[in-house]
Amino acid sequence: MIRALLIPRRLVMLAILMVIVALVAIYGRWDWLGNPKYQALIVRGIGNTLILLVLTMAIGMALAIPLGLAQAVGPWYLAYPARAFCSVIRGTPLLLQLFLLYYGIGSLFPGIPGIRDSWAWPYLRDAWYYAVLGLSLSVAGYEGEVMRGAFRAVPHGQLEAARAMGMPRLTIFRRIWLPQALHRVLPTLGGETVLQLKATPLVAMITVVDIYAVASRVRSETLITYEPLMLLAVVYMAITGVIVLIFRWFENRVPQRVA
Amino acid sequence: MLSGALLSSTLDLLALNPPGWGAVLLWGLWNSVLIAAGAFALGLVIGTLGAYGKLYGGPVTKDLLAVYTTVVRAVPELILILILYFAVTDAMNQGLVALGREKVQISGLVAGILVLGVVQGAYATEVLRGAILAVPSGQIEAARAMGMSPLLLARRVTLPLMLALALPGLANLWLIATKDTALLAVVGFAELTQSTRQAASTTKAFFTFYAAAGVLYLGVSILSTLAFAWVERRARRGQRPVSG
Repeated sequence: MIRALLIPRRLVMLAILMVIVALVAIYGRWDWLGNPKYQALIVRGIGNTLILLVLTMAIGMALAIPLGLAQAVGPWYLAYPARAFCSVIRGTPLLLQLFLLYYGIGSLFPGIPGIRDSWAWPYLRDAWYYAVLGLSLSVAGYEGEVMRGAFRAVPHGQLEAARAMGMPRLTIFRRIWLPQALHRVLPTLGGETVLQLKATPLVAMITVVDIYAVASRVRSETLITYEPLMLLAVVYMAITGVIVLIFRWFENRVPQRVA
Repeated sequence: MLSGALLSSTLDLLALNPPGWGAVLLWGLWNSVLIAAGAFALGLVIGTLGAYGKLYGGPVTKDLLAVYTTVVRAVPELILILILYFAVTDAMNQGLVALGREKVQISGLVAGILVLGVVQGAYATEVLRGAILAVPSGQIEAARAMGMSPLLLARRVTLPLMLALALPGLANLWLIATKDTALLAVVGFAELTQSTRQAASTTKAFFTFYAAAGVLYLGVSILSTLAFAWVERRARRGQRPVSG
């Protein structure tokens, strides 16, 4: 990895990159980074982005497993709705889905009498829950499709052998089918997690304070155009790098046997 | 009774003539499709050049292309769109000022196509590179042995053969392009999502309009899926069906 960078032409490219970074650092306006208000906001923003990413991937995958199973082997009355759900999620922009949830469905709730006094009102008003719901449904839609393929791809012999051993159906699912399907999607899942990370800034459009919203606020308050965007790009690239490393570690832990 | 009134008021809102907003939505849809098509075409051009550069280019070209595809695929589209949008408009205006011309407001359509095209190009590079690699090398070697020039070889052998292999990936890219146009709403361009937002906030019928826009996007994606399936069938004619 390091050695690959020590070829002369790459050293030249690295030097050019360093010069560009230095020029940006010297001539760009970075004084806002010293402002404690923005520092606190940046930390909170990155935290919110990470929480959103982990939380929605977890909820989304939990929904994707039954969705994939329904599409792969379910009866038609489960398979058709699951397929329709995945098509709708994958066929419309996430930004529109978030708008539909937060402004569309959110605007219907105040019409229900008595809801303002109920315990649910603080949650129904908070954009955060709509963001979590929207992003989770998005993961469920995309991964449901992936899981469908994964469940189908588990070799029949494995399941037949388990059945021949007299395993109950739930045990087969828990011990054989699900682990092998998940093992198969692991490489895909890394890429999908990166895609999900790149989808999170959209929640800023429905007033959730993630790192993108923080950068937008800095831009509108200080009238600096490029520097906050560059910081954003660096932050997202860094998180992407970490995701790639985590999934590489996971994949190496799971023993592979290539036939 | 109540549902009848609701239905007729919804139809009024979506009517094509001015009190209704149907025409505004359809105009937004047209803009979205136009941008998506332009960006997809630009992405294909960048992607083809990029794929050839990555496969047959010199070491520096390969490194630069690797940086381009990695960075574009690691940074959210929303941020790329903002950076590129400001950078493209700034660069154009500074160029115009340097030439002694007046500044112009760059058209949202052109900016959208350029920006999304650069993003699409990175993904298209990878799709096309994979497809070119999957063309049986014997075919390319045979064409070289016949003395075909590189351009003729690309036109007659590599590109037609890889088309069938690249189509599933390209279909995906086209769907991503149509959905990414929604991000241009952030820079205020009147594509479908922005038009919908405008209609919804004017009439306060948020649910109606966002649902209607969803149906329009879904229609585009279903039609495109059918169209690409047809094209793929045509591109694969004469090939033995692959069965696992």
